[in-house]
Amino acid sequence: MGSSTPADGPLVIGGRPLASRLIVGTGKYRSNEEMVSAIRASGAEMVTVAVRRVDLDRGREEGILHHLDPAEFFLLPNTAGCYTTEDAVRYARLGRAAGLNDWVKLEVIGDERTLLPDTAATLGAARQLVGDGFQVLAYTNDDLITALRLEDAGCAAVMPLASPIGSGLGLVNPYYIREIKRRLTVPVIVDAGVGTASDACLTMEQGVDGVLMNTALAAAADPVAMARAMGLAVRAGREAYLAGRMASREIAVPSSPTAGMLE
Amino acid sequence: MTTSRDAGRVTGRRGVTRDGPPAAASIVLNGEDRAVEPGLSVAELLHSLGLEPGMVVVERNREILARRELAGTPVEDGDRFELVHFVGGG
Repeated sequence: MGSSTPADGPLVIGGRPLASRLIVGTGKYRSNEEMVSAIRASGAEMVTVAVRRVDLDRGREEGILHHLDPAEFFLLPNTAGCYTTEDAVRYARLGRAAGLNDWVKLEVIGDERTLLPDTAATLGAARQLVGDGFQVLAYTNDDLITALRLEDAGCAAVMPLASPIGSGLGLVNPYYIREIKRRLTVPVIVDAGVGTASDACLTMEQGVDGVLMNTALAAAADPVAMARAMGLAVRAGREAYLAGRMASREIAVPSSPTAGMLE
Repeated sequence: MTTSRDAGRVTGRRGVTRDGPPAAASIVLNGEDRAVEPGLSVAELLHSLGLEPGMVVVERNREILARRELAGTPVEDGDRFELVHFVGGG
C-alpha cells in the first residue's frame, strides 16, 4: 500500500454509504439470470429499476422483484421514459409506493433521438420531489448551471451524462464534468454513455464520485465479464485520481539515467 | 363496498372478462376496457388477475392506493386503474 495516497471512504449519497462507486441498471439483459450474475460481478450495491405497467397477459414473473432481492441490492426506481415534469413526478410516486424506499433516479427526457434531458423540466420535478421528501438523484446534461441549480434544489446527487444514453460514445466532455465536480458539494455521478472499461476509468479519473451504466454491460458480448471489468475500471480510475497523475508533456523524458553511459 | 365475496359468483376468466356477459362495472385496466363483476374490492381484482398485492402498485383514477387500502376499496363503474411494477431499466 502506498502510504501517501489519501484514504478513500465509501461513496455516500443522502447519508447512505454504498459498497461500490459503480451503480448499474437492470435493462436490456438477455435473461434475468444473466442480469443478476452481471450485477453481482460488477460489485454494485445500488441498482436502478424502471416502473412500467404489469403485462396482464404475460403474468407476474416479469416483475424484477421476482429476480432481485431488495435485501441484497439497494433498488433505485427511475423515471425513465418521462417527457414532462408531471409524468416524472407521477412515476416517482408510483416507485415510492412499491414500499422499498423514497429514492428516485429522476430523468426527464427532452428529445427522442438523443434522449438528452429536458433540464428545465428536470429542475421543476426535482423541486417538487425534494419537497415531497424524496432523495433525488437527477440525471442531467453536462451543464454546470443546471447542475448547480439541481444542487440548490436539494438533490442528493447530480448525475451529468458522459454522452447520450445507450450510445457507448464514452466521456465526450471531460472538462465540463471536471468543472461540475469542482463546483458541487453533493456527489457527482456520471450517468450514461460509458461504452467500455477505459471509458469508466477515464471518467473516474476526472474526480467524480461514481459512474452509472446499463447498456455497456447488458449489450456486451459477455455481460458478466464486462461487469467485472467495469468494477475494476471504476476502482482503478478512482485510485489513479487519488494518486495524482504525472503532468503530461509533448516531449519525451528518459526514464533511465543519462549519466553512466559507456563511451 | 363488499369484501367477502363468494368466489363462485366471480364471472368469466377469474373474475375479469373482456367481452363476457353484461357486467355492472366497466373499468379501464392498464389502458384496456374490461368488464368486472360488480362489488369486487381492489384486492379481489388483483387476486383475480393472479397478482400479488406486495408486488404491484395500484393507481386508481390517478390516485395511488396504499396496500392497506386495497381490501376496503371497491371497484366502481368507470374506474381507471394502472397496475405497475418494477422492470429492468437503467
